[in-house]
Amino acid sequence: MSSPQDNILAENFHAAFSAHQDANAVGDLKSLSWLSAHRQSAFDQFQKEGFPTRHHENWKYTDVSRITKTGFITANPTHNAIQTDELDKLKFNTENCHELVFINGQFSAEHSDIGSLDDQVVIGSLRDALKNTPELIEKRFNQFAKKNHSRENHVFAALNTAFFHDGAFIYVPDNVVIEEPIVIYYISSHNEVMLTTAPRNLIIMGKNAQASVIESFHGLKGVVSFTNTITEIETEDGAVLEHYKVQQENTDSFHIGGTHLKLHRNSRVESHSISLGGAIVRNDIVTDLAGEGAEIILNGLYMGNGRQHVDNHTLVNHSKPHTRSDEYYRGVLDGRARGVFNGKVIVHKDAQKTDASQSNANLLLSDHAEIDTKPELEIYADDVKCSHGATVGQLDKNMLFYLRSRGLDADTAKSLLTFAFADEVIRRIKFAPIREQLEFNVGGRLPGSDLIKANLSSARQN
Amino acid sequence: MLSIKNLKVSINDKQILKGLNLEVKAGEVHAIMGPNGSGKSTLANVIVGRDGYKIDSGEIIYEGKDLTGIEPEIRAREGIFLAFQYPVEIPGVNNVYLLKAAMNAKRKHRGEAELDAFEFLDLVKEKMKVVNMNEDLLNRAVNEGFSGGEKKRNEIFQMALLEPKLAILDETDSGLDIDALKIVASGVNGLRREDRAIIIVTHYQRLLDYIIPDYVHVLSDGKIIKSGGKELALELEEKGYDWVREEADAA
Ligand SMILES: Nc1ncnc2c1ncn2[C@@H]1O[C@H](COP(=O)(O)OP(=O)(O)OP(=O)(O)O)[C@@H](O)[C@H]1O
Ligand SMILES: [Mg+2]
Repeated sequence: MSSPQDNILAENFHAAFSAHQDANAVGDLKSLSWLSAHRQSAFDQFQKEGFPTRHHENWKYTDVSRITKTGFITANPTHNAIQTDELDKLKFNTENCHELVFINGQFSAEHSDIGSLDDQVVIGSLRDALKNTPELIEKRFNQFAKKNHSRENHVFAALNTAFFHDGAFIYVPDNVVIEEPIVIYYISSHNEVMLTTAPRNLIIMGKNAQASVIESFHGLKGVVSFTNTITEIETEDGAVLEHYKVQQENTDSFHIGGTHLKLHRNSRVESHSISLGGAIVRNDIVTDLAGEGAEIILNGLYMGNGRQHVDNHTLVNHSKPHTRSDEYYRGVLDGRARGVFNGKVIVHKDAQKTDASQSNANLLLSDHAEIDTKPELEIYADDVKCSHGATVGQLDKNMLFYLRSRGLDADTAKSLLTFAFADEVIRRIKFAPIREQLEFNVGGRLPGSDLIKANLSSARQN
Repeated sequence: MLSIKNLKVSINDKQILKGLNLEVKAGEVHAIMGPNGSGKSTLANVIVGRDGYKIDSGEIIYEGKDLTGIEPEIRAREGIFLAFQYPVEIPGVNNVYLLKAAMNAKRKHRGEAELDAFEFLDLVKEKMKVVNMNEDLLNRAVNEGFSGGEKKRNEIFQMALLEPKLAILDETDSGLDIDALKIVASGVNGLRREDRAIIIVTHYQRLLDYIIPDYVHVLSDGKIIKSGGKELALELEEKGYDWVREEADAA
């Protein structure tokens, strides 16, 4: 940090951090010295490293200077207003689910509907849980930060740790199956200034526990925000988790998110990451397959138009034998949008019989759209099965012509083929209300969308 | 219905059609035969408006209007249909959906109301019987994983449903077994009407036993070098193309 502007920024942060620590100290979390220690060391890391520039390998294609100029006005508990009808419009068409709502990062008990829970299960605000059951959290919290910060723990994650106010906490005890999905809405609703929110989520799945968790990010019409979110997930032996992250914020907003997973023996996580909104978006998913037989599915779709910039980084560490990862990411870029995909798989020395496959396919719809895709494979074990591949292409001319020769206009034909490409990812989503809403929203972004929507409903009838 | 005059077409600066003339009247069935690479598919593609072809001179008049510069979808909605030699697979696009969109685009173009879901499905069921098509194929992605014969049958099924005024079949008979050939033929014969015309591109006389053409033309090196009645096909089957070429060269 050297320029005068950076110095001002640094001072601002310092003041903000002290104020934040004070606020926490006078609040109910004062007795949690371990938490304060995490926050302090994260803040120190941030002070030391500053924001990344494009000289950092890990940020080579993504320039965050527009984000660092936003002023970082942190949301506070007064920023929790939303009209119920506006909220309802954003929701998935779910009949039964456990619903958590965060308005500008503030948990809204009023709008949440957690429903009835079995004994011992916790679904709620992390802040509440830190007051009520800190012992469940202390050991699991911020584990990824201990791994000396390379790409796995970049400075935005540290900022989240230093500044987070609240987030979701989900604890599913051993052998408990939560049938209904847990849906978490994060809504930016404040339009006077650009607020920064730092949701912090922790999901703990006990042995053989099962659940589905959906994180869904939205901005109300015209609201510009910066979301800097972190989710930590730990699955004990034999646990099964479906995790969805759906980002549909406004195209002027900034979103940086990290999902850090640790999977123990024979546990299985299916991760679906769908990124449609945002001006600058960065998603990191870092997985540690830390127990024999652990398995992760990474399914992802990113779409950009206009000047959207969307960057997905995934890292899978195969740390133990017989672990499996299967990654399938697709990108659709139009206008002057720019996409980045970096998928790294590391097979560590002990991880014999690893099975890792990765594929990334991109569709460029305009001459000005761009994608930088880089699959990386590092293998330190000898008995493994690994494959990866990346493709970049345009719509197939023969297919377009075939559709037009049957009477479909050019725009509809393009939309239909684009939709078909994106739907390869969306259709893997098992949870129907999300799949259907996403198909509808993705179809709705394309020209001739009425017909595509008709296609969806006709396909569903059949 | 279709009148092609002195048509010269090139691809990448190579002339493929070199002054082709063809007159097709409503109610007629024309067969076009000719050696590989002579320009049969090129002709079919140019009629339906595929891009990548340069029309150097000549004209294609359909129902009194010059087709030059008309988008392929408009030609389709005006009643021109091509059953492709190599139908393309389109993963993720549902067959029924394509049919419905095609059907409604055509109806809208003519100022007719769109069909509702029930009317449409009734029609689909009726036409499926015509080509004896398996119902699973209907709900799959367009041509995806279809066998060669299934793809051809799907083309004829689309044709039966869309009821074009001018249907062009580009080697629809290649790769079909005898039963399928009969089905395709009955699909085509079912379409035959006073106000419609059909152009069949084929290498084999066999199909013409089932669909009796009014005229047979020989296309060679970008031109129609001989035309005749249905007996010309038999003669070609027996003697090949050389004698026609020699005759044309001599003239
Ligand atoms: N895109 C293209 N680029 C270059 N040459 C082409 C292209 N398309 C067709 N041609 C050439 O044009 C000529 C005519 O091709 P066309 O497909 O029309 O022949 P055809 O009569 O249908 O042959 P077949 O009986 O084998 O189907 C061939 O020499 C072919 O190689
Ligand atoms: Mg051909």
